[in-house]
Amino acid sequence: MKKFLLSSIIVIIGITFVGRLSYLQIFRFSPDQVLEDPAIKAIYDYPERGYIYDRNGELLVANQPAYDVMVIPREVQPLDTLEFCGLLGIDKATFKEKLSKARVYSPRLPSVLIHQLSKEDYARLQEKMRKYEGFYIQKRSLRYYNTQSGANVLGYISEVNEHDLSRNPYYVQGELTGRTGIEKEYEELLRGRKGVKYIQKDRFNRDIGPYKEGSLDTLPQAGKEIHVTLHKELQEYGEKLMNGKRGGIVAIEPASGEILALISGPTYDPALLVGRERSENYSKLHYDTISKPTWDRAILAEPSPGSPFKTLNALVALQEGVIQPETTFRCFNGFYVGRTLRGCHCGGGIRDLNSGIYKSCNAYFAGTFRKIYEKYRTTDEAMDVWEKHMKSFGLGDYLGYDLPTGRKGRIPSKEYYDKVYGDNRWSSSYIISNSIGQGEVAATPIQLANMTAAIANRGFYYTPHVLKKVAGEDIDLPRFTTPKYTTIDRQHFEPVVQGMAEVYKKGTARWLQIPGIEVAGKTGTVENYTRIDGVRTQLTDHSIFVAFAPVDKPQIALAVYIEHGYYGARYAGHIASLLIEKYLKGEISRKDLEKRMLEKTLEHEYAKPYSGEEFKINEYVW
Amino acid sequence: MFGRSLLKRIDWLSILFYLFLVAIGWLNIYSSTFSESHPLIFDFSQLYGKQLFFIAVSFASILLIAALEANFYERFSGLLYIVSMVLLLGLFVFGKTIAGATSWYNLGFFNLQPSEIAKVATALALAKYLSDIQTDIKRRKDQLYAILIIVLPAVLIIPQPDPGSALVFFALVFVLFREGLPLFYLGIAFMAILIFVTTLMYGTIWVAIGLALLIVLIFLLKRSRTRIPLLPLIAIYIASIVFSLSVNLVFYKVFEQRHRDRFSLWLRLEKDPNKLEEIRKTIGYNTYQSEKAIESGGFFGKGFLEGTRTKGDFVPEQHTDYIFSTVGEEWGFLGTTTVVILFTLLLLRLVYLAERQKHAFSRMYGYGVISILFIHYFINIGMVIGILPTIGIPLPFFSYGGSGLLGFTALLFIFLRLDANRLNEW
Repeated sequence: MKKFLLSSIIVIIGITFVGRLSYLQIFRFSPDQVLEDPAIKAIYDYPERGYIYDRNGELLVANQPAYDVMVIPREVQPLDTLEFCGLLGIDKATFKEKLSKARVYSPRLPSVLIHQLSKEDYARLQEKMRKYEGFYIQKRSLRYYNTQSGANVLGYISEVNEHDLSRNPYYVQGELTGRTGIEKEYEELLRGRKGVKYIQKDRFNRDIGPYKEGSLDTLPQAGKEIHVTLHKELQEYGEKLMNGKRGGIVAIEPASGEILALISGPTYDPALLVGRERSENYSKLHYDTISKPTWDRAILAEPSPGSPFKTLNALVALQEGVIQPETTFRCFNGFYVGRTLRGCHCGGGIRDLNSGIYKSCNAYFAGTFRKIYEKYRTTDEAMDVWEKHMKSFGLGDYLGYDLPTGRKGRIPSKEYYDKVYGDNRWSSSYIISNSIGQGEVAATPIQLANMTAAIANRGFYYTPHVLKKVAGEDIDLPRFTTPKYTTIDRQHFEPVVQGMAEVYKKGTARWLQIPGIEVAGKTGTVENYTRIDGVRTQLTDHSIFVAFAPVDKPQIALAVYIEHGYYGARYAGHIASLLIEKYLKGEISRKDLEKRMLEKTLEHEYAKPYSGEEFKINEYVW
Repeated sequence: MFGRSLLKRIDWLSILFYLFLVAIGWLNIYSSTFSESHPLIFDFSQLYGKQLFFIAVSFASILLIAALEANFYERFSGLLYIVSMVLLLGLFVFGKTIAGATSWYNLGFFNLQPSEIAKVATALALAKYLSDIQTDIKRRKDQLYAILIIVLPAVLIIPQPDPGSALVFFALVFVLFREGLPLFYLGIAFMAILIFVTTLMYGTIWVAIGLALLIVLIFLLKRSRTRIPLLPLIAIYIASIVFSLSVNLVFYKVFEQRHRDRFSLWLRLEKDPNKLEEIRKTIGYNTYQSEKAIESGGFFGKGFLEGTRTKGDFVPEQHTDYIFSTVGEEWGFLGTTTVVILFTLLLLRLVYLAERQKHAFSRMYGYGVISILFIHYFINIGMVIGILPTIGIPLPFFSYGGSGLLGFTALLFIFLRLDANRLNEW
């Protein structure tokens, strides 16, 4: 026994050690991730974010330097606080508070004392900085906007949040990322790739040389400059016209699907979200829940499309062979659904396709719509056919454009009505409003513009997009360069386009003709309701207009949607007319028309529902 | 001066293990004190360069040890013991203080730590005393003298203060057990430690319940004819509970906070995550960092000179007491088990050698060597991998330090010299 005592203890301890070591090194082993290892610090080298140009190479977004005053509390020497505060432009109490905050964060690591000095402050400070030990100036790169327009479509960048960090391991705390619009969509192109240097640290957090002789280090890759399809001048002009109006405008080049302008009103100067005032400005914009300047109406608003939708119903009816261009319907200053008369403003009488379109006759399209349904044995069947045709124009679903947000709009299906009314408990008369673009159909302005482009192309469209060139090379993305065909044959478009051209010649927009340019368009006046204190209240109609020009060789197709702008030819029609002239001619010949649009606002209209008083809608005052 | 016979008879296997440990130890010292600006391994301004010098000196001392007659050590063990005690006493007057402990003599080029000499001397003196024809380990008086030989250097070392080194001497009781001291004492000591730990972890009530269950178990399992003396059992039970209660009293009234902290760290008594975080940054810093470094090594380790935590000096005292954490980080599980196995093999080999001695003195000294090496190895690695409280003693042959290496080398090679001579003895 006594001979083996010590030997047994030695063996037992040996086994215990190996057991503990296998627990530590095999079971609990978690390899030091380079970034989590406290002994390694990663120093990043950020490339410059790519510039953004418009379709003609005009600069839209660039970078500007900003200067942060940094402090390492441990290294701060006694200083002339008063003088220093004077230079920084802050008072002594703020200075002390910020300094102590920095010290709480870490005495050894740098903290930001003052964010984003202006260039002037920087110039004054720079030469005196040597005097103040423990303080230094760090250069950062911020966005610089060479335009006051396009805030929503261009988007902005901001610091990554927890969500970004957990979703994408590329980012580390404090970095910037595209938050909305083009900045978000093309984040990876614009930002490039940061370079990284790994530094070995000791336990006092001092650098003691490169980690693994720099073998893991990488060089930064510069961000790419991109050209977007936007037309800077058109975009700026459109936003000027939107002064005091809410709504969205989308202009597309039909031959390519390139978005020429994407305007949302009200908007804001993108420079507001850069620099020292950024957070204050952001709160102001973000919490304006009435006019919602950060809500991009061009791609997010979903009004009923109104009368422009009639053109599609005409196309469907022609394709289905239920009407010919010569087919007529009688208008009784309205049309009967059962025994109730639904109104029409066309003046009444016999209407064919052409006059049905240019006079925007409700009765004509109600009749047409009924005929589509009469062709099929059941409404279910008819509904499926109708839905298929409508969706081929890019309605009722996401369009697939290259911006990070969007809405589907709505083309109601039979399932939708089964849900609302019950299975087999609805018929074409329940859904007759769809014939004139009211009722359940809904579309975003960009969908309306795309639909117009499809009509302009006589039967196909390219998915709208904003990216034109990357680093000087034209993009070649099949998703944007293959045409998408509608289910309507080419020959059926001609009579409809004729009707739309007549709209300008003798129809609802005859006051808006552009000298020397033949335009095809369609007005829309959309009834809409809101709830005020729980009571369903009708508000002034939305003004909608779609148009393309020139009729024979279309270069621009657009949709204008103005909230509560009354009838289609009023605000929307005016703006559409001006934008087309601007784009095709470069300048405006009708100065009075332009002046009216620049000056007139709809603020009084928007104030009505909030006034708390009774108000009139659709007032004719102009 | 040493004939062919010595070269033939010396135990080369032990020397091989020794050389392996010294070599691996130096590589790790090199890694943990290496700096890019001094790439030469013979740079004596650097710690690894100095250690290389100490290794050379140790090798030279081996020659000296081998050159002396084997019975020289037995003959002069008493004198050596007295000299080393005088040296320990002298520290109170002439000692040099390093890191708070007055444990060194400043010899100009070299700091001498007399406690290292005392380890060799005490092992020799104990063997000498026990192997004396007149000594009988079964006799109380002789037990007492033997214990005194062990305790005296410890008493002189404690006030330096260097409790770790003092603790080492108590390992020499293994020699006594080998020579016939009743194992009953060991049983009591083991029981006492067990009660101490379980009381701190679970409290006296659970200790009492646990012991009661143990007694019931004994009664259930005993053969029906065996009679168990009831009275002494009850006495032991009561004594245990009294001891358990006194543990609480001592722990909270006699111990200082820093002692309590060490125990609560060791036994993982603190459960509050905030306080744990606090402990990690203060008293538990070393243990936490060394465990982390070992963990981060994984199975294969990060590779020689690639340990980031080692390079960053995250583990304090890494080239001395915490040298094993470098092994863990850079050589991984493969490296740490290799070291554990080398130590185990060396110690078992020494046990084998000790047991084959015909001469009682050699055997007893052999056991003294094994005990001292073992206690260092056990406490040091146990501390570095976090299963023992923090007690600062070096890892033999590994840790940086001239006195230490020289002391352990002398300790080992005196025994190997005795072993090589075993056939000449009568």
